[in-house]
Amino acid sequence: MTHLDREFLQRDRGVHPPAFTPDYKTSVLRSPRRAMISLQSSLSEVTGPAFGHGELGPLDNDLILNYAREGEPIGERAFVHGHVRDENGRGIPDTLVEFWQANAGGRYRHRNDRYLAPIDPNFGGCGRTLTDADGYYYFRTIKPGPYPWRNFLNSWRPAHIHFSVFGSGFAQRLITQMYFEGDPLIWRDPMVLGIPDRAAAERLIAPLDLAAAIPLDMLAYQFDIVLRGRQQTLFENKLQGN
Amino acid sequence: MVQPLPARLHETPSQTAGPYVHIGLIPHQAGFDIFETNFSNVLVGPGTQGERIRVEGRVLDGAGAPVRDVLVEIWQANAAGRYNHPADRQEGKPVDETFRGWGRAGSDFETGLWFFETVKPGPVEGRKGHRPMAPHINFWIAARGINIGLQTRLYFADEAEANANDPVLNLVERGQQRDSLIAAREDRGGTPTYVLDIHLQGPRETVFFDV
Ligand SMILES: [Fe+3]
Repeated sequence: MTHLDREFLQRDRGVHPPAFTPDYKTSVLRSPRRAMISLQSSLSEVTGPAFGHGELGPLDNDLILNYAREGEPIGERAFVHGHVRDENGRGIPDTLVEFWQANAGGRYRHRNDRYLAPIDPNFGGCGRTLTDADGYYYFRTIKPGPYPWRNFLNSWRPAHIHFSVFGSGFAQRLITQMYFEGDPLIWRDPMVLGIPDRAAAERLIAPLDLAAAIPLDMLAYQFDIVLRGRQQTLFENKLQGN
Repeated sequence: MVQPLPARLHETPSQTAGPYVHIGLIPHQAGFDIFETNFSNVLVGPGTQGERIRVEGRVLDGAGAPVRDVLVEIWQANAAGRYNHPADRQEGKPVDETFRGWGRAGSDFETGLWFFETVKPGPVEGRKGHRPMAPHINFWIAARGINIGLQTRLYFADEAEANANDPVLNLVERGQQRDSLIAAREDRGGTPTYVLDIHLQGPRETVFFDV
């Protein structure tokens, strides 16, 4: 039996924004209102998709170069790295981490984004990587700018990078956002404030990591990610196949 | 003094995928190409075993309007009822190397329709001491306005007997709630199509699972 077989611990909903957060107006009509049905893990939850290194290109984790056409994108160069672990503290190897973001001016390369800041011709704004054998990941990018959005009349998103992570079982699937240390917009943001536990929300703020900065080249930020853990027991056979 | 329990880490909080989720996860739909290989809503290859099916539907909000910027992912067993994952060691059910069992689709920006091309999964063993699970597809839904990904399942209307014995469906109240998980089969002269609308809210709210 490997740790893969063990059941997931009940998700602690107290660290997540609830479905209905009226200050984030779009959630009002998109939030289920009935109680969810709790399921103990079956094979459908402890299994999940695996991805191979052969599916990714060599520049997929380099947002500075993966859409560069006539030059490099404008903005602050940044190195982002972190450790993907489960709640038991085990690094999660070979798991797919995907990320997307606005450019330095706060504009997304997306057909539905009409913000007046310009598209950067050399910046796509997305990338992906697999964690290494110990669960670490990294990528190079341009620090995204804040941008306005239609929520309140004067709503601005703090600078952020969107993250998607898989883990080893489909029940670990997670999408989240990373914020940057020191951004005064963070604690005005209804998405951040939707998280009921302030300490949990702080875990979305990546500290500046000068030790990982590349001198004369780029600053670094560290964003560690924790996915759900599994039941631990000294009597593994007892729970096996449960 | 009691000994403290060993520290457990806490899960990273979820945040909405936002309106531009396509950039990261299905960039072609955002309007550009960047990766050499892309993940898609087609789960089958030429050699995949099993009955080819199409699964489609819409996600509807509390006002009954289609959610036109939704991301839907599915995870399922192969035609033999085996997940392509090392934790699945069911005997007598081979892995189909051509079938990962996972797909990703964005809804159409105009109609809100999403679809997958896949095979109908076989039944999967249940938890120890429970009956097998009827053929089903696991769904995970993310979008602007959805603060944490929603999990639900799709079951097949033409599996009435297996559905009646399914240990998960039997946790759900009979009637409309259970029906919210069952996709009707439509034969349109080509690939059989299973249709399931997912209601985020309202009198027909879909059953979601805390897995
Ligand atoms: Fe964003």
